[in-house]
Amino acid sequence: MRVPVDWLGEYVELPQDVTGEQIAAALVSVGLEEEGLHTSGVGGPLVVGRVLEKHPEPQKNGRTINWCQVDVADANGTGEPQGIVCGAHNFEVGDLVAVILPGGVLPTLQGPMTISARKTYGHVSAGMICSVRELGIGDDHEGIIVLPRLLGHEQVEQLGLTPGDDLVGVLGLDREVVEVNVTPDRGYCFSIRGIAREYSHATGAAYRDPADLPVDPATGDGYAVELRDEHRPHGEVPGCDRYVARVVRGLDLTRQTPEWMARRLTEAGMRPIGLAVDVTNYVMLALGQPLHAFDLATLDSPIVVRRARAGERLRTLDDVDRELDPEDLLITCGPDGERILALAGVMGGEDGEVTPGTTTDVLIESAHFDPRTVARTSRRHRLSSEAAKRFERGVDPAVAAAAAQLAVDLLVEHGGGTADPAITDRDERPTTGMAPIRMEVDLPTRYVGVDYPAARVVELLEAIGCDVRAEGEGMLTVVPPTWRPDLTDAPTLVEEVARIDGYDKIPSVVPRATGGRGLTHAQRSRRAVAAALAGSGLQEVLTYPFVGESRFEELALPADDPRRAALRLANPLSDEAPLMRTELLQTLPESLRRNVSRGSRDVALFEIDTVTLPDHAAKAPVPGVGARPDEETLATIRAAVPAQPWHVALMAAGQADRAGWWGSGRHVDVTDVAAWAHAVADTLGVPVRRRPADRAPFHPGRCVELTLADGTTVGWAGELHPKVVQRLGLPDRTAAAELDLEVLLRASDHRTQARPLSTHPTAASDVALVVPLSTRYGDVEESLRAGAGDLLEAIELFDVYVGDQVGPDQQSLAFRMHFRAPDRTLTTEEVNTARDAAVARATQDHGAAQR
Amino acid sequence: MSGPNTSYDPVEVAALAPEAVDQAVADALAAIEAADSLDALKAARLAHAGERSPLALANREIGALPPSAKAEAGKRVGQARGRVNAALTARQAELEAERDERILVEEAMDLTAVPARRPLGRRHVLTVTAERMADAMVGMGWEIAEGPGVEAEWFNFDALNFDKDHPARQMQDTFFVDPADAGLVLRTHTSPVQARSLLERGVPLYVAVPGKTFRTDELDATHTPVFHQLEGLAVDEGLTMAHLKGTLDRLAEAMFGPGIVSRLRPAYFPFTEPSAEMDFRCFVCRGEDTGCRTCGGTGWIEWGGCGMVNHNVLRACGVDPERYQASPSGWAWSGPRCSATASPTCGS
Repeated sequence: MRVPVDWLGEYVELPQDVTGEQIAAALVSVGLEEEGLHTSGVGGPLVVGRVLEKHPEPQKNGRTINWCQVDVADANGTGEPQGIVCGAHNFEVGDLVAVILPGGVLPTLQGPMTISARKTYGHVSAGMICSVRELGIGDDHEGIIVLPRLLGHEQVEQLGLTPGDDLVGVLGLDREVVEVNVTPDRGYCFSIRGIAREYSHATGAAYRDPADLPVDPATGDGYAVELRDEHRPHGEVPGCDRYVARVVRGLDLTRQTPEWMARRLTEAGMRPIGLAVDVTNYVMLALGQPLHAFDLATLDSPIVVRRARAGERLRTLDDVDRELDPEDLLITCGPDGERILALAGVMGGEDGEVTPGTTTDVLIESAHFDPRTVARTSRRHRLSSEAAKRFERGVDPAVAAAAAQLAVDLLVEHGGGTADPAITDRDERPTTGMAPIRMEVDLPTRYVGVDYPAARVVELLEAIGCDVRAEGEGMLTVVPPTWRPDLTDAPTLVEEVARIDGYDKIPSVVPRATGGRGLTHAQRSRRAVAAALAGSGLQEVLTYPFVGESRFEELALPADDPRRAALRLANPLSDEAPLMRTELLQTLPESLRRNVSRGSRDVALFEIDTVTLPDHAAKAPVPGVGARPDEETLATIRAAVPAQPWHVALMAAGQADRAGWWGSGRHVDVTDVAAWAHAVADTLGVPVRRRPADRAPFHPGRCVELTLADGTTVGWAGELHPKVVQRLGLPDRTAAAELDLEVLLRASDHRTQARPLSTHPTAASDVALVVPLSTRYGDVEESLRAGAGDLLEAIELFDVYVGDQVGPDQQSLAFRMHFRAPDRTLTTEEVNTARDAAVARATQDHGAAQR
Repeated sequence: MSGPNTSYDPVEVAALAPEAVDQAVADALAAIEAADSLDALKAARLAHAGERSPLALANREIGALPPSAKAEAGKRVGQARGRVNAALTARQAELEAERDERILVEEAMDLTAVPARRPLGRRHVLTVTAERMADAMVGMGWEIAEGPGVEAEWFNFDALNFDKDHPARQMQDTFFVDPADAGLVLRTHTSPVQARSLLERGVPLYVAVPGKTFRTDELDATHTPVFHQLEGLAVDEGLTMAHLKGTLDRLAEAMFGPGIVSRLRPAYFPFTEPSAEMDFRCFVCRGEDTGCRTCGGTGWIEWGGCGMVNHNVLRACGVDPERYQASPSGWAWSGPRCSATASPTCGS
């Protein structure tokens, strides 16, 4: 809401020399956030000048400039005429013009420009004769301002303008507009009336209600209006509970909107269009009541307010032909309401429209519509308007008659018409007051933590227009003012007490929480995994979760891969990416590629986040506000939310060990990512097994699946398939891994376990086993581990040999086994027995022969 | 040299002959003298003073001598070994001195450049910030709750008193799940976790909720479709807005240091009543620089909204507001809003 300061000053007393900044600060203190402060940007000296001499001088570039002597009296400090070069020609010697002198400031697109005397066209031009565009008060750039033409001879005379007089005030260039953000509960602040009232609350300044004007009483013979809302889709609330209709006849709507009104509309952000529309907009801005003006001659009596019928259409003033919904509330006319004039409270149609030059008699509608009905129609037709914005936030139903009166008065004054004495006011509100609210007088104190004495509570509530009655027993009955439909229960009144008294008075007290249990196991585990990976040289990233089907192609997912069954957004930001990722590896490549393309050659990234797995297409009921749904509904809601497990993914390219002055480097390879994937499981203390896997997007021969001991999949690590690398534009041999953290978390122990440390030495024993080339290292290792028994502490594969010394299609695997007992030093015999048992098991499982 | 003594003569053992012993000593001293490095000396020590050196082997023979010969042979071999050991010790000292003098100098490396062999990775600034805030809340006795990003519309709006027709619901720029009547959205704030926590944990309740949130804003310098929030909800007997302010002050101090306090301004949110916008004192200028670029010269930085939990939220979560009417029932806050960046090289 843009608030011209001088308009505000008409409704509330402003201190002399108050600045827009001070007004904005006062409004902030009562909850109206400052959005901006608008000024003309013009700084004086800007004065009246009289052209004494004008010498046209043709220039080489074909232009003719005027070398002028302008009388600005003492404004230049000397009293001598001012020499100014002027390119315009629309003035004569003797004209009064607007002169900005050196030191003055003009707004330009490039920012403020300070005027100085400068040499141009062979003269020193000491200032400028200004056009309306240069001053930012109009678009005309054809010529400079000749004051009597701009202001009218009468006004120039009335003001007694003579050379040297200051023009900043006369031209309204000292005006400021404060822009504030109005929260959705304060519809009444979409009016100067409401803002002025809030300013009064903030500062205590005297407030004058602009709706407090002499209103002609309704008569029985006004224009016929029928409120026929039979089927009321929103409970018992009628779509329209008040409709004031006023008629003004004999208008000349071709007359100019008065300059002051046009300027206020412009300053408030609305474009002046024509007298009738300008007056309705002006009243809406002043009082917050949207109005509509109809051409009386085109109407068939009566006006009927009704819901739309199936199949009806309306072309609204934005030139869109709309199919209407039976919930849409309409303004129609004719005995059966057959002619549709407007979508009530949202926008008018072509029928009944006021046309300047043709229309002479106007019917002014000032009505009160159900916020929900207007909100739904506005949303349904994606049609937002100044009127809808106000109605859906709540308009003061009591102001309708005054608003109509103000519009009639303005039309009569500026359009030359006469007000019809017959006045319609269909007021079908069940009660003219608001529902009373009961509140314990100490509730504000208990809510806010500030000691508000009872008298102070009453005073504050009365200040905002409430009718407050004490009921004894510390109870108040409070009737809110009609412009505050947002005041519906005791807490809303508490906010008013705290707000008007000042939020800055609320003290700071740290509560004693009941005592928590710290982070959960899952939270601690995610942090530990992130720390482990970052400690291993990987960078944490966060990527957007949106992907498109093309990504599944790039990743070579088979047509029936369940990972393609992704959740789809109804309104994605981009049609290219309407899906929610089902794996982190679907969005991680972007990050890797961007980093590489921007010059980072060695990039290792990881991300820890959720993926979305829509395994069913259940719909979630939306049972509405203010009541706990029953257990069954709640369960259905919860069940409809898709599974969103936490994953960790990593992706790396470039060198794992960098080359440099210290020596050579080493390219990252699949063993690095497999080791990092293992590190994740190790961090959580979960033993995992490995088995070869062929799974997109990995290299079929360089991928390992990690599983729990029971075979449950934890995830995969591998080199990306060369085709995937190519399609995604990644560096060669990019490797990646993705693990399901939920699986690891379920398998991990939330307790911290300590095992006793053996103080006895380990005994190492090496074995070299010859097995077929097709035998997996991990399988041999598992056999050795199983055969060795409890004394085996660790085992590692330290060498693999393929060649002449073993047969073709054979390989020799050299394992080192570490044995240790917790309570004694092992004897050579014990070690040998355990080692032999291990080898026997490997022989049995894989036909392994000891070398 | 070694090996089984086949021609055993208990009196005349060749290895114990004075010439043989002298020769062994002479060989040893020559080898020690010739050793030009600590490694070479180690080899010489093994060869001439080790377990299988001539002198060691000769020493073994002594035990087989008749008692009359033992003393002399023992003395001879003992003196010989003493000379060798003395020479070893002396040479060791010489070579060590030389190493200290020369080798360590020759082996010197310039380590003044960064050996960026395996640079450490980094956590993302947003997750680290979220963790710091969570730690501050845990320090106050709160717990950290979480909820899904793809959320039921009811939890995201209705449970929080966003009526279907309320303008606030339209202002949220929501991502809807297809089909549009699925009743699912990408959560527009972390607040649905308030409702989930109330339903699942009951009262009294002190939970903070960090998490990703979504709005249909195109990515530009000041907008992002995915951003982060931290939310707090306390429901207990006797809580007031003063406690809310106290908690925010403590959080601000934990994040930015002493002297950084909060300020409340009246505002509107459907899920709180009374509601407030919360600002924190600018941690750069502390309100002392009208030209400050961090806060725009206002001295305050906006952090989000807060207030006392709306009765309709309590009702939706099965908490009877009338019972809690006697003691105000709780308050909540959310913010700050931070943007995520997809690249680790441009963390904002």
